Amino acid sequence: MRIGVVTFPGSLDDTDASRAVRYAGADPVPLWHADHDLRGVDAVILPGGFSYGDYLRCGAIARFSPVMAELVPAAKAGLPVLGICNGFQILCEAHLLPGALTRNAGLRFITRDVRLTVANASTAWTAGYTPGQQLLIPLKSGEGAYAADQETLDELERTGRVVVCYAGADPGSAAPNGAARAIAGICNEAGNVVGLMPHPEHAIDPLTGPSADGLGFFTSVVTALAGAGARG
Amino acid sequence: MSDKDTIEVAAATPEQPQPFEELGLTKGEYEKIRGILGRRPTAAELALYSVMWSEHCSYKSSKVHLRRLAPNEEQARMLLAGIGANAGVVDIGQGYAVTFKIESHNHPSFVEPHQGAATGVGGIVRDILAMGARPVAVMDALRFGPADAHDTARVLPGVVSGISFYGNCLGLPNIGGELAFDPCYAGNPLVNALCVGVMRHEDLKAATATGAGNKVVLFGSRTGPDGVGGASVLASATFGDEGDGSARAKRPSVQVGDPFMEKLLVECCLELYATGLIEGIQDLGAAGIACATTELSAGGDGGMRVTLDDVPLRDPSLTPAEILMSESQERMMAVVRPDNIEAFRQVCRKWDVEAIVIGEVTADGTLTMTWRGGTVVQIPPRTAADGPVYQRPMARPSRLDALQAATPDSLERPKDGPALRSTLLTLLGSPDEADKSWVTAQYDHYVRGDTVLAMPEDGGLLRIDEQTGLGIALATDGNGRYCRLDPYAGTQLALSEAYRNVAMTGATPVAVTNCLNFGSPEDPAVMWQLAEAVRGLADGCATLGIPVTGGNVSLYNQTGENPIHPTPVIGVLGVHTDVRRRVGAGFSTDNAQIVLLGETQDEFGGSAWAHVIHEHLGGRPPAVNFDAERRLADLITAAAREGLLSSAHDLSDGGLAIALAESCLRGGRGARVTLPGDPFTALFSESAARAVISVTPSREPEFEALRAKYEVPATVLGTTGGNTLTVEATFEVPLDELRRVWEGTLPALFG
Repeated sequence: MRIGVVTFPGSLDDTDASRAVRYAGADPVPLWHADHDLRGVDAVILPGGFSYGDYLRCGAIARFSPVMAELVPAAKAGLPVLGICNGFQILCEAHLLPGALTRNAGLRFITRDVRLTVANASTAWTAGYTPGQQLLIPLKSGEGAYAADQETLDELERTGRVVVCYAGADPGSAAPNGAARAIAGICNEAGNVVGLMPHPEHAIDPLTGPSADGLGFFTSVVTALAGAGARG
Repeated sequence: MSDKDTIEVAAATPEQPQPFEELGLTKGEYEKIRGILGRRPTAAELALYSVMWSEHCSYKSSKVHLRRLAPNEEQARMLLAGIGANAGVVDIGQGYAVTFKIESHNHPSFVEPHQGAATGVGGIVRDILAMGARPVAVMDALRFGPADAHDTARVLPGVVSGISFYGNCLGLPNIGGELAFDPCYAGNPLVNALCVGVMRHEDLKAATATGAGNKVVLFGSRTGPDGVGGASVLASATFGDEGDGSARAKRPSVQVGDPFMEKLLVECCLELYATGLIEGIQDLGAAGIACATTELSAGGDGGMRVTLDDVPLRDPSLTPAEILMSESQERMMAVVRPDNIEAFRQVCRKWDVEAIVIGEVTADGTLTMTWRGGTVVQIPPRTAADGPVYQRPMARPSRLDALQAATPDSLERPKDGPALRSTLLTLLGSPDEADKSWVTAQYDHYVRGDTVLAMPEDGGLLRIDEQTGLGIALATDGNGRYCRLDPYAGTQLALSEAYRNVAMTGATPVAVTNCLNFGSPEDPAVMWQLAEAVRGLADGCATLGIPVTGGNVSLYNQTGENPIHPTPVIGVLGVHTDVRRRVGAGFSTDNAQIVLLGETQDEFGGSAWAHVIHEHLGGRPPAVNFDAERRLADLITAAAREGLLSSAHDLSDGGLAIALAESCLRGGRGARVTLPGDPFTALFSESAARAVISVTPSREPEFEALRAKYEVPATVLGTTGGNTLTVEATFEVPLDELRRVWEGTLPALFG
């Protein structure tokens, strides 16, 4: 099982995403932003960081990189893609996911271990979880507030495309960054493309993270791909 | 001065007046330069000498004292490179080497807090990179004026956002540091940034230009007018009393940072190292190209020819002097063999880093620079790299006797349980002791995935090797109040505390870095403080058997005639044999035995209690006891290795009371303790060489045997558990109340 991890100039959590892939039992394959080449991988992770310095808007420049020209059609054809933090921002800029990520409500960068609720446990990246399961995963971002128009938000909720939510007693104030409807992550209609602001790759081992709750994202896709392989 | 101020013009116009004083040189220094050159310097040469001979670059006032820090044979046994290199390098075993250093960016951070602090991070990271290491973490030791002062509300959020912006975008975890407040820093905050890097032994790089004919390459950002004269104007002069006015006038001296460019530069350099394309490397920091060219050539074959016209500029109107002095960020200089230049360029292209050959190494012992066809610099580089050395007059401060005589003994002490309870809550909610999450939540401590412990733990702990569990621990400490009362003992107490903090994680302390923040060296009292501090550090490190691997001196930290408290900030590096055996500061399990290690005396000179409750500073700081520190550290390290500890937290500011409260809050569980002796002394004394630990349940006999072996005095205090911190027969505080007091302070001040 080969899972690609893209390095853009300014990617920071690419080594961590690769480590998470290894922990999940798959082989991480480095992909380079300037190559028109996905190297035949079975899935792709767009890691956290500040691609191209996040100048202009987060993810706005990365969206036009050569590797994205290959990734967009592959994702539309069903390739599992996970965008974490900056990766989520890139997926939105590339219109593989709707909406946008905006400045945190408090206008400051936030590093915090957040409780998430799994809302959709049937995507390629969350099938190993159970609906309603609580996860403890680090959030670390300055522009992490998910925003979209009411119609899109309604549709995301109605069609089960909200994948993870910030958990809290009061749904109105649950999001530490002011995300609309406490949305932490969403997926496309097919469920193969998932983006989220918190960092599951930093919660794969209690030694270096708040928990190992994030490992499920990576084992989920490995299991899904193994199943697809067996059927094929 | 004219564009065409070549060496010929200079020789022909000896009487031409030159602005040496504006550039921070004394009349004597100017005459010395004329003597070296046998003529007046050109404008470019004057600029070059002025920055190289600045206090910041030359250490001219501190050098005679810093010689004390040279390691002896025992201390040097783990060193691969020492003082004098960009940063010292320590062998940590398994083929790994670690380099770390702490550096000040005090004055820029006062003038423009966000960029000043940001570029402080950038500068120290390039120092570490220049040694051949991959930078893996940063820390920050910050000191500001009173937390509720108007200007602190400008400076602190700006400094924190600058560190957050630069460090987060660069992808380096921020694993700890300090935050302290005192009126003495109101006009002169301290922003000290530490970076640590890791390499394999064979990756160590030299900052030398050797091999005549080798090319000198400038790569990274373009050179602009930012930070011109930062080293001489900002870092080596005192701000007047004019406050904002003088700060504004100096704003163009502050550099502007681009962490994205730095990230590319880091990856680019590491790939250049890995492919063996570099003969010598130097970062560009203070004094920019002037410093890099003189130091590379002074450290190598002694000669270099540079064409200044080839330096890529952001502003084409820059003069040679400005090009030399510019402190534009994110630049490095490499010495590259001619046959490697194309491969070098290819790696730079991959990372979108501009690389330009600006000169070559020569064997003629002369640093020569040309510009528009004329020779504007022609100097023996060692004369610029080895600046003047001053024996500044020193005098014990006249007020010190009175200060030491004004002991805290007569201050009113809390007498009963309610008074002790209220003292605890007042201290816990004071800005120095309160929860620092408002600051640390803006820093990414997760990136790179190897952070095992970070703030608010006693020390930061990083995993270095995933297979073996080898790791490193780091802590920085300083206490200006102690040092004001006794700079020798105060510095040793800072060393003791950083040493102890590193040990609390289960690591063995192995090396020391330091950032010496003091007032004006022209004040004999300040020079005495500096000399005492260095003597204290040297003696302390010799006693502990660990080397000082490098550091930084920041002088002129004063407002008008008033210097800051002498504030040496000491960083200690430790080696952890297996980070999976880490120990945290929080009570991590119920029903664990709580033990106080070390001996408590009635010691309140310079204490948090005297400062917060009585605004008093006087007497003597606590006694230093390195033998006790070493036994305590050895016990904790051994006990951690055996898995006998469920928590370990050092005692420092605020004594046992604050340590117990922090262990409860960090672990999310209460404690029930009985105090030995006088409850006030037991709770708030700041005696050194102490820690409060909890023993892994059912392992008490093993711990007790180990404790006896290391001869560490111990008092069993009680057990963990419950929802209150209960001091038997004295007071009880619910954890919720402790948390409210502890967490509320900084958000209430800074929003």
